[in-house]
Order: sequence, then C-alpha cells, then structure tokens
Amino acid sequence: MSVLVNKNTKVVVAGMTGKEGSFHAGQMIQYGTQVVAGVTPGKGGTTHLDRPIFNTMHEAVAATGADAALIFVPAPFAADSVLEAEDAGIPFITLITEGVPVNDMMRAVNKIKTNGKSILLGGNCAGIITPDECKMGIMPGHIFKKGPIGMVSRSGTLTYEVAWELTQNDLGQTTCVGIGGDPIIGTRFIDALRMFEEDPETKAVVMIGEIGGTDEEVGAAFIKEHMTKPVVSFISGRTAPPGKRMGHAGAIISGKLGTPQSKVDALLDAGAKVADTTSQVAQMVKDSLVAAGV
Amino acid sequence: MKLHEYQSKDLLAKYGVAVPGGKVAENASEAKAIADEFGGKVVVKAQVLMGGRGKAGGVKLFEDSDSAATFTQELIGKRLVSIQNPDGMVVDKVLVGELVDIAEEYYLSVLLDRAEQKLVVMISKEGGVEIETVAEETPEAIVRLHVDPAWGVDDFEVRDSVQRAKIPAPAQRQMVAMIKGLVQVYLKEDADMIEINPVAWTPDGKLLAADAKVSIDENALYRHPEYNETKDDGAEHEIDAEASKLGIAYVNLGGDIGIMGNGAGLVMCSLDEVNRAGGRPANFLDVGGGANAERVKTCVGLVLMDENVKGLLINIFGGITRCDEVARGLLSAFAEMNVTIPVVARIEGTAAAEGLAILEGSQIVGAKSMQEAAAKVVELAYA
Repeated sequence: MSVLVNKNTKVVVAGMTGKEGSFHAGQMIQYGTQVVAGVTPGKGGTTHLDRPIFNTMHEAVAATGADAALIFVPAPFAADSVLEAEDAGIPFITLITEGVPVNDMMRAVNKIKTNGKSILLGGNCAGIITPDECKMGIMPGHIFKKGPIGMVSRSGTLTYEVAWELTQNDLGQTTCVGIGGDPIIGTRFIDALRMFEEDPETKAVVMIGEIGGTDEEVGAAFIKEHMTKPVVSFISGRTAPPGKRMGHAGAIISGKLGTPQSKVDALLDAGAKVADTTSQVAQMVKDSLVAAGV
Repeated sequence: MKLHEYQSKDLLAKYGVAVPGGKVAENASEAKAIADEFGGKVVVKAQVLMGGRGKAGGVKLFEDSDSAATFTQELIGKRLVSIQNPDGMVVDKVLVGELVDIAEEYYLSVLLDRAEQKLVVMISKEGGVEIETVAEETPEAIVRLHVDPAWGVDDFEVRDSVQRAKIPAPAQRQMVAMIKGLVQVYLKEDADMIEINPVAWTPDGKLLAADAKVSIDENALYRHPEYNETKDDGAEHEIDAEASKLGIAYVNLGGDIGIMGNGAGLVMCSLDEVNRAGGRPANFLDVGGGANAERVKTCVGLVLMDENVKGLLINIFGGITRCDEVARGLLSAFAEMNVTIPVVARIEGTAAAEGLAILEGSQIVGAKSMQEAAAKVVELAYA
C-alpha cells in the first residue's frame, strides 16, 4: 500500500513537450511510472517519448483513462492547467511549476476545495514517489527504497537529503510527498498526515517543515488528537532572521507567525520527536519503531 | 516587491480610492511648483523603502512653497539612516502632498491569510497607531473579513464588517467603497499586502487614504512591467539588488561564512548547521534546480562580492542538478577569481562521483555530510 499513487496510477503530463517536462517524463518512464499521455495545446496528434500528445486534458482522459496529472507548464499558465485537469475529472493533480502568482494559486486552490472532486499537490514542489511503483515528479529515483516510512516535506532537496539517509539506514518508504514551498498550496501537512495514519503499510512518519506560516502547528494538532503512529520531524530555517524570505516564497517569519520555536514546541507537545539536525532523523525513526513494537 | 508611497497612491486612485492630492518631485523647482498648487501648505516625504523614515528626518510639514523646495533640495541625494535600516538609503525623489485635516483616524489592510488560504481585510476604528499594538491591547477593535478570490466579495458582507468595526455612521458608506476598491487592487494588480494607516476622516466629511503601503507579489511581476524600474529599490543590501537583477535567490545575512547550495530547504538547513558549528552565515544563496556550470560561477561571484566572507560552504544534493556541472562551474570560478579563502564542498546525488573526481587536487576541501562540511568551513575560516 501507499498513499495517492501506486503502480496502477496512469499519469498524463501537461507540458511534456517542453524541455523540463520532456526530461522528467523520460526519467519517470525509465523509473517504471505509467506515463500514458502528454498535453500540449497545438501539438495534438503528434507523439513524444512514444506517448500520444493531446491538445486538451479532456481528450487525453477520454483516450487513455489517465487518473493523475503532472503539470510542468510555465508559471503564467500553470493555475489554468490545474483547473483544466480538475475539469477533465482527474482525481489527483501535481503541480511542479515554481513561481506561480499567489492570486492564481489562491483561486485554483479554493475552486478545487469547493468542488471537492480532486486533490491538488503543490505547486513549487518536487512531486510524489511511491518507491518501485510510481515516480510522479522531479526527484532522483535511486535514493528512495520501498519500506514502512511515510514522508512529507515542504522542501525538495531536504526530502532527498533525509530520504537518502533513511535508505542508507535500511528504512524504506511507503510514499514520499513533497507539498511545496509556496504560501498557498493544495495538499498540506494535515492532509498528508491523515493519509499516512490511514495507510496500513505506513508504520512511522517523517515530517519536514520549515519557517513560515502555521501549517506545521496545524499538523501538530492533528498528531496530538488523531495519530497513533510515531512522527519524527525536522524544522529547517531555525536560525533564519525574521522578515527575510529564505528562497521559498513561503519561508518567511512575519511578526509572531511562522517562528521555528512555535513549530518545535507544538510538535513536541503533540508527542512527536523533533530532530535538531537531519543526521539524527534515521536513528530517531529506528528508536520510534522499536518503541512502537514494530 | 514594495511600492513607493507615490506609486501606491497612484495605484489606489486608479481604483477609485480617495487619496490626498500630491505628486512626486525629483528636484527643488518641481517641488516648488507642486507645493504652489496646494497654496504652499504641504508635506514633503522622502520616497525611500525603509522603516523609520520620519524619525530619520525624511518627512516635514511646510507653510510655504519656498521652504518645501529648500528642504527637497537638501533631501535629494542624501542618505537617510534609521534604526530599522542602519545602512540607510539614498533619496532620489520626494512626494509633495497636500496637508490633510484629520478629525479621526481609522485602519484598513488587505493581506493573505495563509491558514485560511484567502484574503483577509482587517478593519479597525483605531488608526494611526501600530496595528500590532491594537491587536495586543484591544483585539476586539479589529474586525476581519475573509474574501475567497474565486467568489469575490459582496456589498452586504463589507457593510456588515464596517458596522461591526464601529466605524461612525457618516463614514460608513465611503469606508465600504474604499474596502471594495482595495480588494480590487489586491486581486487585479497582484498585490500581496495593502495597508492604509491612517485612513483619514476629515472635518468636512471625506474619507482619504492618508498613507499607503502596497507590496506586489514578485511571482506576478511579469504582468506588471511598469514596476521594472523601481524593482530593486527595496533591496537592503547592494548584493541583494545585484542578485535580484541576475534572478538568483540571495539574501545577505551580515555574517562571514558564505553559503550556497541547491534548493531553498537545503540551503536554509545549511545555514542552521553553520550556526550550530559556531559560525555566522554571511548569506543565503540557492543556485536553483538544474544549475549549469555558468550559473554556479555567477553564484560564487555573488557570494564573494561580500568582502566580509572568510570561508565558503557549498552544499549540493544533486537531483536535477548534476554534480559534475557544479564541479566544473566551481573550478572555472576559482580559476578566474583568485579565491584565497577556504572552500568546503559537500557533493552528493546525481553524478556525485564524477563531480568529486573533477574537484580532486583543487583547493576545495571535500566533506561527506552537511554537518561535517559546516564544522570544517567554520574551523578553517576562523583559524
């Protein structure tokens, strides 16, 4: 088992004929992901990477039965592409694109929430991977390994850092979910935590947060109230000065909101373990599994 | 990006929000002409994007246009320094505006509520003071109205909020119009923050945005070429401004250990590690996904523009970024720049072995983990 994607997931890639889309779709196919089609307006009827290209999401879904969309289109058109995928009835949409205007994202996220038909992951995220089954994103596949750990993170490269550490310590993963570093995103910590709590294969969860916003605190409240599985967390940007945006549009301490201390305190209060440095995460996960009798 | 007060007020006026009369001037004669339009009774405000500009001597009231012109003359070219901004900023324009009689002061802002994923309009009868103080001392004096951008806002919701904020009845109708105008500005002009403090209620019954702070979502700047020229005016450090021109995510942090890596999370984490090891990070720099050798070289140059930098930490976990490309970029940067400070690199992920092979025999000290790299660079830099 896993969350959101598995070996049966059929992925349509929006922007597959572009430079980045093409490179990553190729990597995904190599990994074994079922990439069934691409969408590029104006290039319908052609093929790329041996996959059919369609002009619209609706055509792609009708022809291939795609049930997941991965979006690589440039920022000015990204939110529109998300809404097109939702309108075409695709239940799971991942937006990789970075730099999408906040108002565009706010509109798309609220529409999707109101309609309640699809789940959006991202934007500005690394995507999602269920090791050995489905890689839907830009992460290097070889650093992941199948196993019992669920992972959710705002940062792409920190996901790689910690996943590699887990893998080297023989702690494989059910699914790793990159939720993205923007202020307005689709799937949030609380959503991913809930999915991992419900997934029978996941035995422990690693949660990687950072400064900015209050989603870690909201996640901590969920852990406290509802989670039976151990959670090991790490918060980055603990020494970042307030008021400075640390690369991610969402990583900024503004006033009293988004401070690392508030996040660490909330997580500790919820019974989660909090690592001071990434190199402690694997050992903490091992200890938690032993303590939980797994 | 933050807009200057004159840009903010022009933008608000475009959406029907009432603002006091005023224009921007770049020299004394322009200032005098504008002041004469208002009978000489004006306020002259330095247009610099820093906090505490009033205390720094950048704002003054005048009774006649000649004094306003003299003050403008003094201000242009001067560097204003405040507690919030010790490096200061040079004034190159001033706003000359009509003096407003104020009977009462209110507060309005439109912000992003990340938790709710909506806009929030904040309305208060307590204007003219820091809203943080109001929030702490009398939180009930702030009324919040959430706006879903997919739906917009209806009049009755705004009327209800203004009523709950206890804005006096004669001012309510204008207040509702002003709020609707601000929401339009936020949504149509890609603002990410609008604050009007104070909203002035004049003795003759007019509601005006007496001050205005607007900031525009940087992701949406491609829709607003009109701001290209002033895009970097808010940069607190000259290297910040240079980085913004080059499109590189760089933040100067004032320390002496230069840091660059790929991915915001990893770089943030690297600066935490440098701090843990007892070092003082000089900067945040994300080379970005899929950086090639040329870009890596540009990034090294940017970090080394800061003369305080005594050591350089490079932390790369290659995903889309290829470590051999990074290594080539580093070597060519060092070949050109005559770098004498210690450099420690931690390179992992895609093509790491090739990358390390390229760096073999160079001045770059290798490290196996981010923690080890941070400890090494701090040790070497402070030796």
